[in-house]
Amino acid sequence: MRPGVGQARPLATSMQVQPGSNEPAIEEGRKQMRKTLFGMDLAANRREFLKGTVGAGILLVGLSAARAQTEQGGTPVTGGHLKLGLDGGSTTDTLDPAGYISAFAFVLARSFGDHLVESDPVTGKPVPSIAESWESSDNAKTWTFKIRNDVEFHNGKKLTVDDVVKTLQRHSDEKSRSGALGFLKAIASIEGHGNELVVKLSESNVDLPLIFTAYHLVIQPNGGYDNPSEGIGTGPYKLVNFEPGVRALFEKNKNDWRERGHVDSFEIIVMNDATARTAAITAGKVHFVNSIGAKTVPLLKRVAGLQILDTPSRGHFTMPMQVDKAPFDNADLRLALKYAVDREAILKTALGGYGTIGNDFPINATYPYFPADIEQRAYDPDKAAFHFKKSGHDGPVVLRTADGIFSGAVDTALLFQESAKKAGIKVDVKREPADGYWTNVWRATPFCLSYYGSRLTQDLMYATEHLSDSPANETNFNRPDFDKIIKEARSEADDAKRAELYHAAAVMVRDEGGSIIPVFNNYLNAAGKRLKGYIHDVGNDMSNGYIASRVWLEA
Amino acid sequence: MSAQEETVSGQPGNQMSAARRGAPAPAAGRAARSKNSLGYLIARRMALGIALLFAASMLIFGGVEALPGDFATTYLGQEATPQAVANIREELGLDRPMTERYLSWLGGILQGDFGTSWSNHNSVGEQIWKRLSDSLLLAGVSALISIPLAIGLGMIAVLYRNRIPDKVISILSLAAISLPEFFIGYLLIQFFTVQLGISEFPATVYDGMSLGERLSAIVLPVATLVTVVLAHMMRMTRSAILNVMSSAYVETAELKGLSALRIIAEHAAPNAVAPVVTVIALNLAALVVGVVVVEVVFVYPGIGQYMVDAVTVRDMPVVQGCGLLFAAIYIVLNMVADIVSILANPRLRHPR
Repeated sequence: MRPGVGQARPLATSMQVQPGSNEPAIEEGRKQMRKTLFGMDLAANRREFLKGTVGAGILLVGLSAARAQTEQGGTPVTGGHLKLGLDGGSTTDTLDPAGYISAFAFVLARSFGDHLVESDPVTGKPVPSIAESWESSDNAKTWTFKIRNDVEFHNGKKLTVDDVVKTLQRHSDEKSRSGALGFLKAIASIEGHGNELVVKLSESNVDLPLIFTAYHLVIQPNGGYDNPSEGIGTGPYKLVNFEPGVRALFEKNKNDWRERGHVDSFEIIVMNDATARTAAITAGKVHFVNSIGAKTVPLLKRVAGLQILDTPSRGHFTMPMQVDKAPFDNADLRLALKYAVDREAILKTALGGYGTIGNDFPINATYPYFPADIEQRAYDPDKAAFHFKKSGHDGPVVLRTADGIFSGAVDTALLFQESAKKAGIKVDVKREPADGYWTNVWRATPFCLSYYGSRLTQDLMYATEHLSDSPANETNFNRPDFDKIIKEARSEADDAKRAELYHAAAVMVRDEGGSIIPVFNNYLNAAGKRLKGYIHDVGNDMSNGYIASRVWLEA
Repeated sequence: MSAQEETVSGQPGNQMSAARRGAPAPAAGRAARSKNSLGYLIARRMALGIALLFAASMLIFGGVEALPGDFATTYLGQEATPQAVANIREELGLDRPMTERYLSWLGGILQGDFGTSWSNHNSVGEQIWKRLSDSLLLAGVSALISIPLAIGLGMIAVLYRNRIPDKVISILSLAAISLPEFFIGYLLIQFFTVQLGISEFPATVYDGMSLGERLSAIVLPVATLVTVVLAHMMRMTRSAILNVMSSAYVETAELKGLSALRIIAEHAAPNAVAPVVTVIALNLAALVVGVVVVEVVFVYPGIGQYMVDAVTVRDMPVVQGCGLLFAAIYIVLNMVADIVSILANPRLRHPR
């Protein structure tokens, strides 16, 4: 079972993502956005990486992890104390995995806890962890996971199948406040048989192992029913001290059930101020900081020895047009606006070039089954003007945005206004307060700025953004034929057929849906020169949360 | 504040000692005396303070209520499904009317129960206490350094009035007062941490740190705070003493041949106490409750940060608890300033 993510350390080191790519622009770190970014999230499998700009150059990575060995490689060094300065922690943070919502909690969960399944950092495929193997039957409706019997919690208690069952039950309970509840709705029953976990679903889902990589699903003693916030897990590091909104201290778990983790101890210091993070990493007071602004990257590059860690992400900006509300119930008007977006300009200005161009469907090359052959929609004022005229719409279009819902939200709206003007379309940009934006503006008005973070699979991304019954279906897209395609893909075990279905879904959303998706942002982090072994994980930011157990400090 | 104005404006041309002038005429009788006794005044101020606290708590509650979105919607953010929102509202009792929620919170406070945070279920009282003690450390050290420094520099400025030391002090303090505090913070970080590498950063303090470690961690934020409040207090000291110095009794003292230092220390300073104490009190309050920006810049886990985090998600018990505490600190410090002013200047016991 060695290909486990946690121990992939000597393998893929850097995915060879260069300068000139992109980053997650979420630095303003509002609670809402943290929720979006990390609330659902993560992994999937991917071979190709969209590189550079127009989604043209495709870089084959990952075929073999060994190949990805790069400048960050070398022989791991054991020992030392690692310091991470992270944005996103808050005094309102909890140790209960059900309530995790921040970058801070994400790294915390991945360090002290283990999950049933992990995902490969390069391919995104599910790999064993607490579950050493699994199989499905009944058309992916019944799943059997074999649970390891040599795993011990930090309190010395042995991990049993019952702990796993209880964990899943607690998160999937209807009344649960768990951030993972949304993915677990199809679970009909959870049972333990000997050393096996049997999960029955109400509908087929071939992605179930990947769903179990969700970072909320930390396996806890008795599933966390006794004390969800005790911070006891089976992970590579033990939680020694936790002060919400301040810091968390960890030490190596000497009784770890597998070999992983290089540093003896590490701490996460909450640093919500971008300048404080920059100062700390520049002065060498921490080894790693997350979420650096695209605009500071050129300055940081001048600092000797500083590494900029730039990783493609699944997060994307959207401008949802509600397809059932006038004037956006007019397909020509929607098309006109899609052609009126200058994606290059948004990438350059709002993201400083650290991202990739979107094609009006919510999937990029970091997801498996990415339909790479769909033609890239480009800025075309003539076509925009043509469709605008054909739509018969008269007068301005109102676009709502707010400063601080995510970084780049206002820039994007203004750039759109500018590029639409050249096509003869007048866009009124209306600024709303960021407070309450997700309740009062998003989904409540027909055209606004919005953002989606990383999801574990294509299925979950579409299920969130475009399925007719999703509460986050921001365009009110309601197409039974689309819903059917997504459900079919969910139960399709054949890779080729599945890819076909996702291709059809993407085309439908791109051409008939209400989403304008101009750009995907990159994760932008920085590390000091001593930090080595950072793995650019396709799953999510900060090496999919596993940063602390994957990196080492060179003397 | 009224104390300060009266002292300053009440001076001109008055040759008698302030105390004597303020003494009640014997005819005014006992009633006036008991009504104006110090105890009565203090009791009245305290009653007023409590009423103010009450009003402040209502204002805070109303203010947070008026913000768009409640805890359920802001906490869930983009994932606020109607069902999830309803679950949280029901769990926290947000569906009850506003007055009822306010009264039940008030009931808890009267029994000393600050409640638990809605987001992480920690005890608000415990958290406030912990955060407050961190903030007090920062504020206390800053005050210990800045107050004597401000008064000393103020006196030096007066002593060398319109000469070079006075001008240097004035220019520097004006410069310090003009720079925003976060900018001073960044300058200090840039110079001492990034360039010279001699100071600690971030200034995060946590359990298990010794006092020495804490003190070394907070050097830069303290320096920032001292810079910010020093100028204000120093200038007030200087102008208050100068004001007194221009009065006739100081002139008399000068004519008597007393040394400049003695005139300042014995005759001018006691009469300048009231305005100085007022400005010190205000600055102390600002040090405790108003340092959010400095806390953020230096990654210091103080109470300001705690409240800001809570406001972001509308975590009402925390916001209310912190708000009440801030109001209490302001009110108490102002009260102390008033009382000290009254002690220093008995005329103030007899408002006209």
